[in-house]
Amino acid sequence: MAASSETQGSTPRVSLWNDPQKRSLIYQAIVVVMIVGFFGFVINNTADNLEKRGIASGFGFLYSPAGFDVGMSPFLTYEPSKATHGTVLIVGVLNTLLVAITGIVIATIIGFIVGVLRLSPNWLVSRMAYCYVETLRNIPLLLQLLFWYFAVLGTLPSKRDSISMFDTFFLNIEGLFGPLPVPQDGFWMILLAIAIAITAIVMIKKWAQKRQDETGQPFPVFLVSVGLLIVLPLIAAVIAGFPLEFEHPQKNRFGLRGGMIILPEFAALILGLSLYTASFIAEIVRSGIQAISHGQTEAAYALGVRPTVTMRLVVIPQALRVIVPPLTSQYLNLTKNSSLAVAIGGAEIVAIFAGTSLNQAGQAIEIIAITMGFYLTVSLLISMFMNWYNRRIALVER
Amino acid sequence: MKIKTILTAVATATAALTIAGAASAGILDDVKKKGFLQCGVNTGLTGFSAPNDKGKWEGFDVDFCRSMSAAIFGSPDKVKYTPLTSKERFTALQSGEIDVLARNTTWTFTRDVNLGLEFIGSNYTDGQGFMVRKDLGVKSAKELDGASVCIQTGTTTELNLADFFRSNSMKFTSVVFEKADEIRAAYDAGRCDVYTTDRSGLAAQRSLLKKPDDHLVLPEVVSKEPLGPVVRHGQSEWGDVARWTLFALIVSEELGVTSANADQMKSSKNPEVLRLLGVEGKMGEQLGVRQDWAYQIVKTVGNYGEIYERHVGVNTPLKLERGLNQQWSKGGLLYAPPFR
Repeated sequence: MAASSETQGSTPRVSLWNDPQKRSLIYQAIVVVMIVGFFGFVINNTADNLEKRGIASGFGFLYSPAGFDVGMSPFLTYEPSKATHGTVLIVGVLNTLLVAITGIVIATIIGFIVGVLRLSPNWLVSRMAYCYVETLRNIPLLLQLLFWYFAVLGTLPSKRDSISMFDTFFLNIEGLFGPLPVPQDGFWMILLAIAIAITAIVMIKKWAQKRQDETGQPFPVFLVSVGLLIVLPLIAAVIAGFPLEFEHPQKNRFGLRGGMIILPEFAALILGLSLYTASFIAEIVRSGIQAISHGQTEAAYALGVRPTVTMRLVVIPQALRVIVPPLTSQYLNLTKNSSLAVAIGGAEIVAIFAGTSLNQAGQAIEIIAITMGFYLTVSLLISMFMNWYNRRIALVER
Repeated sequence: MKIKTILTAVATATAALTIAGAASAGILDDVKKKGFLQCGVNTGLTGFSAPNDKGKWEGFDVDFCRSMSAAIFGSPDKVKYTPLTSKERFTALQSGEIDVLARNTTWTFTRDVNLGLEFIGSNYTDGQGFMVRKDLGVKSAKELDGASVCIQTGTTTELNLADFFRSNSMKFTSVVFEKADEIRAAYDAGRCDVYTTDRSGLAAQRSLLKKPDDHLVLPEVVSKEPLGPVVRHGQSEWGDVARWTLFALIVSEELGVTSANADQMKSSKNPEVLRLLGVEGKMGEQLGVRQDWAYQIVKTVGNYGEIYERHVGVNTPLKLERGLNQQWSKGGLLYAPPFR
């Protein structure tokens, strides 16, 4: 039929079906209707069945009392008597974010170090880094978490004979206890000093850059920055009369209470997650560095640039372009893997909200949807940030 | 206009499909058709439900599933078990993954009314207790201020614990796990001072600790925990089968029918025994199961007392006295409606 319309020549009268453009429109409309219909059916059917089986629905449960305790809440004071399922959600979100951020920072540091060590000319060092990578990335994360929690941290000394460091820090099976800093009146002076120090550092950096561009004279920005960050707040502290008191953990009948505490569940989670992810990051870093042609290094050396500076100013900036995109995936993985805390009694969103709250409130669909929405949001934010960073360090062609 | 017509058509079709999807046959018919009973049990609680050394599920709750299988099929072995954590159990039942949940589950208002569940009664009356190491020197739960407590997630225990400490103005820190054996490992390692759950559970867990004699269950019982089997809400026919299976277990003990004498009892002079064992009347038929359903239960599984003594009684590692789980005539709470 298509052939006949071609032979007829100018402005043929084509039926709707034989016009490829209109036909594809019809197809697309049908697909859209089918998708909408499918989701409509699923939602309708779910709501209908929930009602038939007498299962409550809606988001009202977020305001009803939770009545149970969560293991860890470092940012909010959580009281079982006052908390609602909404509070549990917030605590879960904060704990997950804490785990994700801490884990990402530690994993990145270890990953970069191990990745660079793998390229070391020293045989022993590069072999050790190689063993680390191959062992940790080839054992399932869940097993590693169980190992850290039950096999390593489970063998810490009992509460009666905890290890004491300078009588300030105590380590036993209930966790690592230390003094909790409590800000007193006048603490704002220290904060102000830190703010001033940071502003000064930014200004010095700009000035040093400008001076180096003009005269070629380098300026030790890093050392000066560290000095400023220590000295200025210290002066402020002296003037304000050390407005910081420490709450030390107290012994009671059962063990140490109060002060600052790092729970073994949290420690095992951070250890497991960051060591595991670091093994992947190490490989990403190694491949990124190796992707840079050796000629770049040689050219820098030929100009008399020192090896550390070559690494910092020539190799790493180029390697980052290769490193950042796969690094984003590792950050996303780490964040999502934090949900494995369920197995070792960690108190993050899957354990306390999608676990305990779900069970007590019984509203699986709403709670799982909220949890999924949370992970999606966090993951998208991480990729957004990493994509922005990636664009910033991308090769600027002149 | 055309799109609107299509949308209306889709909506109508959707509505029609929904009604068709929701209207399914009763669970009893489904179970008979598939030839086995899907029963949700504990992932491992000695005495109540745990696989034995041959990998077969055994225990007080498992025997309830076996009783239902005997009533429906005449054989106690037509059961498939789904091990569930306390967190998963209700979702599994709501979604229809299991037909009945026999997993030391506490009957509460919220669960019965708000979760779309139906408790068919209580087969074990329990209460929450606390277990501590003897060398702590604690003699009462009121001395537990500041203790760290190991608990299982998704249980009434979690809520009672918070209530108990609040009403006694005490503080606690909790360590929460999903599975009973994880809690036991953590408690045994000294991660927490106190292990709290139903007292039957404490007895079961204590028997599995490295040194059971170093641990003490404190005298306080801080809650009522009527544990019982659960079915889905809105399935009265299936609920009846489950409920009267439980009553048959209780009544057969009350009437003195045991697995050993079930055959002789068929020629008893007591009309209630005859009705129970299906010699007279049509109770099995009315219930939709075998005519000799209760006979099959007692003959192949045993009566309530036999099951109790076999799995959790004083001659087992759990060493649990009958206590409240004694017949009403002997000062307990077991009380079944008459079979007539």
